[in-house]
Amino acid sequence: MSDHLAQRVASATPPKLARRIRGVSDRTIAWLFVTPTILLLLAVNIFPLIWTIRLSLTNFRTNRPNNPVEFVGIENYRKILTNPDTWASLQATAHFLIWTIVLQVVIGFTLAYLINKKFRGNDLWTTLIVLPMMLSPAVVGNFWTFLYQPQIGLFNYFIEFISGVDPASFSMIGDVSLAPWTIVLVDTWMWTPFVMLICLAGLRSIPPSIYEAAECDRASKWRQFWTITLPMALPFLMLAVLFRGIENFKMFDLVVQLTGGGPGATTLLTSIDLKREAFEKWRTGFASAYAVILFVTVFGLASIYVKALNKVKDR
Amino acid sequence: MNNFIYGLLHLRRGAWEMVATVLIALGVVMLMQPLALVLFTYSFLVTLIGTVMFIIVSHFPE
Repeated sequence: MSDHLAQRVASATPPKLARRIRGVSDRTIAWLFVTPTILLLLAVNIFPLIWTIRLSLTNFRTNRPNNPVEFVGIENYRKILTNPDTWASLQATAHFLIWTIVLQVVIGFTLAYLINKKFRGNDLWTTLIVLPMMLSPAVVGNFWTFLYQPQIGLFNYFIEFISGVDPASFSMIGDVSLAPWTIVLVDTWMWTPFVMLICLAGLRSIPPSIYEAAECDRASKWRQFWTITLPMALPFLMLAVLFRGIENFKMFDLVVQLTGGGPGATTLLTSIDLKREAFEKWRTGFASAYAVILFVTVFGLASIYVKALNKVKDR
Repeated sequence: MNNFIYGLLHLRRGAWEMVATVLIALGVVMLMQPLALVLFTYSFLVTLIGTVMFIIVSHFPE
């Protein structure tokens, strides 16, 4: 039937076109399929990158398109890398990045370890735990501002319940020392389920026969955890760290809704700072240099991380 | 240690990737540390050298 159909199609193809198609090599066909993707990547990724590098060496401002654009060399880079405010912004980002990753990995792995045990209501708990990551970051940021309100916020009343501190005596978002922790707390609440799901996939991929062999060798639960569970789930954990690290390095929406970068500049992460330079102060050249610095940092980190991940997988 | 020096001298990927990795990590730490502004100033240069080196040496033979 299909042979018959193929013959009909072949006979219907004009001889000139048929000859041309028959002459196309496998290599040419492969290029025909790959070329649209390469063109798309060039247009969407490579061209903007090259253009950003070019802009970073000029004094171009988007809101003054008629002004002459001058080549300033590495002046924008020098300004950024000697600016104490940019340095403070990167420190705020480092604080956010380190603490969110540590907390999310520890809590996420612990939850995955517990959920992996068979117990009654297992599926219900899994569903309830993953609920926060299904919400929009802007919505989460907005409703946590209400939870953090000193007068009506439930968070302050919870703190009063466990410590006896007057709820109106402190403001999580308004306090310079507490504000960096508010964004850590909310991001951890929202994204720990994601880390948990990745860890859960890792834990479920470990064959039960390995544990059975360990039981036969009379290995304790503690030893089984350190010599079987953790090493075999490590690639998944590293993957979770990579995803969360890159995601949190460019964290924007949640923090803007929650603190707006304040009080002062205590929660002014680099992405918020960059957006202000580019679209509020309109220093396009300066902002482009800032973006290139962040790009090189993330690219370098991702390179060594992927190398480490491959090493762990090969082990 | 001897293997590492041998790898460096004979342009082997492992040893040179190690050097590039250390430079990138050092650059990132310098970028985000709260101790000295001068370290922050030179952080990008260190990270950039490390990243470019990593791209180049990843094509070296094993």
